[in-house]
Amino acid sequence: MPVILVTDVLVWLLVAAAAGYAYYCRRHDHLAAPWRRVFASRAAMVSLVVLCAYLAAGLADSLHFRARLESGGPGAPAAYSNEVMSLLDVAVGDLRTRSEKTYSAPFATRLYAKELIELPGGKSVRDYPRLRFGGAHLKTEADRGADVAAKALAALAAAVAVWGALGWALRGFARSRPGVPWRAAWLALGALLALAAPAFALSGGYHVLGTDKVGQDVFYLSLKSIRTSLVIGTLTTLVMLPLGAAVGIMAGYFKGWVDDVIQYAYTTLNSIPAVLLIAASVLMMQVYIDTHPELFPTTAQRADLRLLFLCVILGLTSWTGLARLLRGESLKLRELEYIQAAHAFGVSHARIIGRHILPNVMHIIIISLVMDFSGLVLAEAVLSYVGVGVDPSTTSFGTMINNARLEMAREPMVWWALAAAFWFMFVLVLVANLFADAVRDGFDPRVRVGGGGA
Amino acid sequence: MLSYILRRILYAIPILVGVNLITFALFFVVNTPDDMARMQLGAKRVTPEAIAKWKAERGYDRPLVWNAAAAGTGRLTQTIFFEKSARLFVFDFGAAEDRRDIATEIRARMGPSLALAIPVFLVGLAVNITFALGMAFFRASALDFAGVVLCVAMMSISTLFYIIGGQYLVSKLWHLVPISGYDAGLDAAKFLVLPAAIGVLSGIGSGSRWYRTLFLEEMGKDYVRTARAKGLAETAVLFRHVLKNAMIPILTGAVVVIPLLFMGSLLSESFFGIPGLGSYTIEAIQGQDFAVVRAMVFIGSVLYIAGLLLTDLSYTLVDPRVRLE
Repeated sequence: MPVILVTDVLVWLLVAAAAGYAYYCRRHDHLAAPWRRVFASRAAMVSLVVLCAYLAAGLADSLHFRARLESGGPGAPAAYSNEVMSLLDVAVGDLRTRSEKTYSAPFATRLYAKELIELPGGKSVRDYPRLRFGGAHLKTEADRGADVAAKALAALAAAVAVWGALGWALRGFARSRPGVPWRAAWLALGALLALAAPAFALSGGYHVLGTDKVGQDVFYLSLKSIRTSLVIGTLTTLVMLPLGAAVGIMAGYFKGWVDDVIQYAYTTLNSIPAVLLIAASVLMMQVYIDTHPELFPTTAQRADLRLLFLCVILGLTSWTGLARLLRGESLKLRELEYIQAAHAFGVSHARIIGRHILPNVMHIIIISLVMDFSGLVLAEAVLSYVGVGVDPSTTSFGTMINNARLEMAREPMVWWALAAAFWFMFVLVLVANLFADAVRDGFDPRVRVGGGGA
Repeated sequence: MLSYILRRILYAIPILVGVNLITFALFFVVNTPDDMARMQLGAKRVTPEAIAKWKAERGYDRPLVWNAAAAGTGRLTQTIFFEKSARLFVFDFGAAEDRRDIATEIRARMGPSLALAIPVFLVGLAVNITFALGMAFFRASALDFAGVVLCVAMMSISTLFYIIGGQYLVSKLWHLVPISGYDAGLDAAKFLVLPAAIGVLSGIGSGSRWYRTLFLEEMGKDYVRTARAKGLAETAVLFRHVLKNAMIPILTGAVVVIPLLFMGSLLSESFFGIPGLGSYTIEAIQGQDFAVVRAMVFIGSVLYIAGLLLTDLSYTLVDPRVRLE
């Protein structure tokens, strides 16, 4: 039975909108030209490949359902599990359920902490107990190194084979579209496959990145966190975009009292330090959720709505930057001859804004959209640390760091959860930054002059 | 000049009124005081008497904006809006959940916050500008490219990791400085070195890249070509002309944050246990102490507006063409 979460719907709407925009761009050469400049950059193609991998994980995690329970006879009504699962949970197999008692290091076969173990003879010793799942298929623990190496090599070989076959199959396609650094994209794909294939292959028998305090597989948690990051990075702009664009263009286009009111509104909002405004709003949202439990039937739905509220709050507090940029640009545009001519012909304000101003500020909107993404991903981690981020039951990089932070003091140190969150987040933000730079260079009209800038 | 400053201060009043209305709406209209009481008391202890007591203790038992029961001006003053929001204008913040006076607490915590924030700001500015000048000097070379790559990588790391990593390496592994804590007077230095260094380090990525863009933009201008054409050395062009002309955008970004230094740094202070305003704010958020959050929102906006005014004034110092009328 499918479970429809609000953020899922919005995420897929966004995907549809992006697809529609891409289709529209393909048909209009002047819109496709800046994108061609973006895709001609090697950094952009490499980061796009990695971003697509993240996106695939995030989108697979955005299709939720409740599994049918195997019970009753053929005539019995279908019963559904209470647990909300996503496509990603199915794709990674039983990674979700294979949890240990508590911490265990990556590839460990034994638990992190000593426990009292009952021996068959009635005696008991204090030792590190064997893990329930990590390396459980091994005959003796000494085989572990060989087993890991063999599995990793097999997966690597398969990955290389797939990679080579893919390159071979697509070489005609790549040759027919010159001007795009396909080789760089292909190499990035190779690196990605070489990392991902062994990780997935080994996660069947081991906890590749260890387990956390309650014994959950850290690799699984990292994969689940991707969706939260992507949702925050994209849905926030979805809230911010219409508001910032409409308000900014109106202020610049109408001038006069409209401009005064809008400027007053955004100076006021801007003067409140962002973290405090977000914190105050989220605190109030928490009070609301706590005092209205009847509105949120399941934990998943409550967590989901909280995530959505967080996006809305972030969006409502961050539209001012875009509005100011667009106001300045519209102020310039409204004085141009073709807009004055449109006025003289009696074209309505709405039509002038829609047909003449909006297309001409589109590059600013797109640039700020991609530039904001990485900042929002980073902000989520900080806000979750402060305690005004996502619901504690939502897996996110912020909650992962927050939980792992206290383990630094342990001896020996529990480093794997932090390291996993660090690398997953670092790579995501890095490629987002690189891609954003390429988009800015491709769309910025100042760079175009002189062919390439710098 | 004086009349300009006066006018700007008058402009600030409607903005502060706006901030005040926003916070009032957030804290008292979106959720009624009853809701807040229920949340704070927890599900088990909610009785009508407990809620009434909770509200009476905090002065939330009055009408929101209009007290019909009172007489004369009391109809306006004996309300939550007047008591809790309007009082902020005279910096009367009331008491926190632990009954301590917020204004006293803020005065006491300002020192530690500034002791951390000022070095981070000054050293950070110097380091970022130096790095950016270096990259601009070697522009379009392998060194510049490596610098930009390093900057992008550094700004892709969450501040949390800088703090956790620094704390682990320097304090736990090398035992150079205490992990956290604070001391009065000069003894505070050993507690402040690490958070200050981390603060500077975590800002290098975005800071240097931003200044590099500024310098490169400035170097594309005509006067730079003229300076080169008359045979000036590249260093002289860079330091004597470009740096001076880039001062305006640098000041725009830097001066506006100076008053906000009072607010301290949320993350560093709470990680390193520095009793400043940043950790005060975080504790208030985590402990859902609405009065403190309200006070900090108001102070933050006052400081931001002060920063804008300072920015305008600083323009007259670096650019003689700017006259404030």
